[in-house]
Amino acid sequence: MSTRKPVPAGPLLVIGGIAALLVLPFLWAAGWIGPKRINGGDVTRALEYNTGKKQPGFRRAHAKGLCLSGNFTANGAGSAVSTAKAFEPGTYPVIGRFSVAGGNPLATDGRNVFHSMALLLNTPDGQEWRMAMDHTPIFPVPSAAGFIALQRATRPDPATGKPDPAKMKALIAEYPSVKAFQDYLTKAVLPSSFANATYYSINAFTLTDSTGNARFVRWQFTPEAPLSGLDKAHLDTLPRDALFREMIDRTAREPSRWHLILTIANPGDRTDSATVAWSGPHRTIDAGVLTVDKVMPEEVGACRDLNFDPTILPAGIGLSDDPLLAARSKVYSSSFQRRAGEGPHPSAVGGDLAEDLAKDPAYKEAAR
Amino acid sequence: MNRPPHDFHPLLRVVHWLMAAMVLAMLFIGVGMVSTTGPAYLTLLELHRPVGIAILILVLLRLPLRLVTGSPPLPLDLPPMQVLAAKGSHVLLYASMAAMPLIGWAMLAAGGYPVKLFSGLILPPIAPHDLWLYAWLRQAHTVIAVLFFALILAHLCAALFHGLIRKDGVLRSMTVGTPPSPSEPPQADSEISDFDVFAPADDPGAPEFPVPQPKAGE
Repeated sequence: MSTRKPVPAGPLLVIGGIAALLVLPFLWAAGWIGPKRINGGDVTRALEYNTGKKQPGFRRAHAKGLCLSGNFTANGAGSAVSTAKAFEPGTYPVIGRFSVAGGNPLATDGRNVFHSMALLLNTPDGQEWRMAMDHTPIFPVPSAAGFIALQRATRPDPATGKPDPAKMKALIAEYPSVKAFQDYLTKAVLPSSFANATYYSINAFTLTDSTGNARFVRWQFTPEAPLSGLDKAHLDTLPRDALFREMIDRTAREPSRWHLILTIANPGDRTDSATVAWSGPHRTIDAGVLTVDKVMPEEVGACRDLNFDPTILPAGIGLSDDPLLAARSKVYSSSFQRRAGEGPHPSAVGGDLAEDLAKDPAYKEAAR
Repeated sequence: MNRPPHDFHPLLRVVHWLMAAMVLAMLFIGVGMVSTTGPAYLTLLELHRPVGIAILILVLLRLPLRLVTGSPPLPLDLPPMQVLAAKGSHVLLYASMAAMPLIGWAMLAAGGYPVKLFSGLILPPIAPHDLWLYAWLRQAHTVIAVLFFALILAHLCAALFHGLIRKDGVLRSMTVGTPPSPSEPPQADSEISDFDVFAPADDPGAPEFPVPQPKAGE
């Protein structure tokens, strides 16, 4: 315990400098200093703003849903363009989720919005193919920034129930693809059932064949049930859960089927933007049939606790150059993380089921 | 002869610096990927899982090596609090290196995600699919990552403090190694370099007790 030597300033500065050389890049990497980046929370906040409030425990988008299960029977034709096991002849189990757009889990089905189907396809090699598809072949915006702008501008005015026209005008000036999407949605048939809608991959992906040759692709699930539309002039007369109840009743009677159609890109097709449709003749491959033979409320189905991240792909299927894919993956993850911590809450369909059961004399008898 | 050598085993030093680079890279990749919705998110995520599992494998090889080859004695004049901090921080560093990949792996399993290392290689789940567990592990992964980074900074600063200010040979024990004492006679096996991974940890030619190191060489 002799006299303490004074600590020299030079080496201390060197040590501090070396530490700063680690700390500053770390803060930059984390996005805490430097230019602002759009992170997942920015998008979930925009979705909550559009919804009007946070809906704890629910997906920040497509909050209202119904679990499905069934299988995919591949006919082998897809193996010409991809080594994915899911394309080899065979039947593979599928679970998934039907949903309607928006952050409100109790929203009415009578709205001209995305009708969606998410799927998780398992193959015996342990690989998973997750998909999150909409009933429109194009998406309104090309990027996360555009999506935030869309959510902010389309928030319904509490007084009118409609978005502020001035904000919509500004949005369309910045993102003309929103106008193209609106035009499409106005003239397109709004499917009267989850079972008769075509569901599109939204983004382009790549398929790699056994020779290593990669091709850009979009895909769609085309229904066997004939398309019929909802009456768009009287959507407000539909019962709140009309689409979901229709699907539950229909599935109790018969399974629903879709054909997986792979559309191979032509040279010149836009693969980096989901806002642009592929037009004209294309090489298409009917890869097999999806059969949905069971639907159930999220409380009892397997779909609620899954993130249908469309970038979870099996070997033989890959990403494209569309930046929206990374944005979707990150935002789905942010939404998943938030609702996981908040805990599950009762779904619209689950509530209906409980009400129906309560009215059922046999159930009342059993409960007594 | 149970006396620990002056330096960390050469192989341990190699693994230390390899893992230092990997762990720092992982911390940067981790905070970087969650900061953005840009295409870098997917690129970094694809790196994050295999590098994390590589770190787990390395730490599982390194820990027994460290336990078998031991660590050089700390300077005798080091205050007891600093000795405690040194030993405690080493335990925490090992714990973090092992825990972070395991938490990441368990977290993905709890979230119902496939734990994909490469295209075609998917690890089995090590936790049940449970969203409460996922939320908890996901939070822990972030909190421990930030604490781990702070711990690494403290470790680095302490090492530099030993090397630049105390000049007590501690930094050298994990870097170039201690040069032979000038008072020592040349050894028969002197052609074995400090970095020779096959050099015996318990070199019989080394002095019996730690000798004060010349300051000029630091």
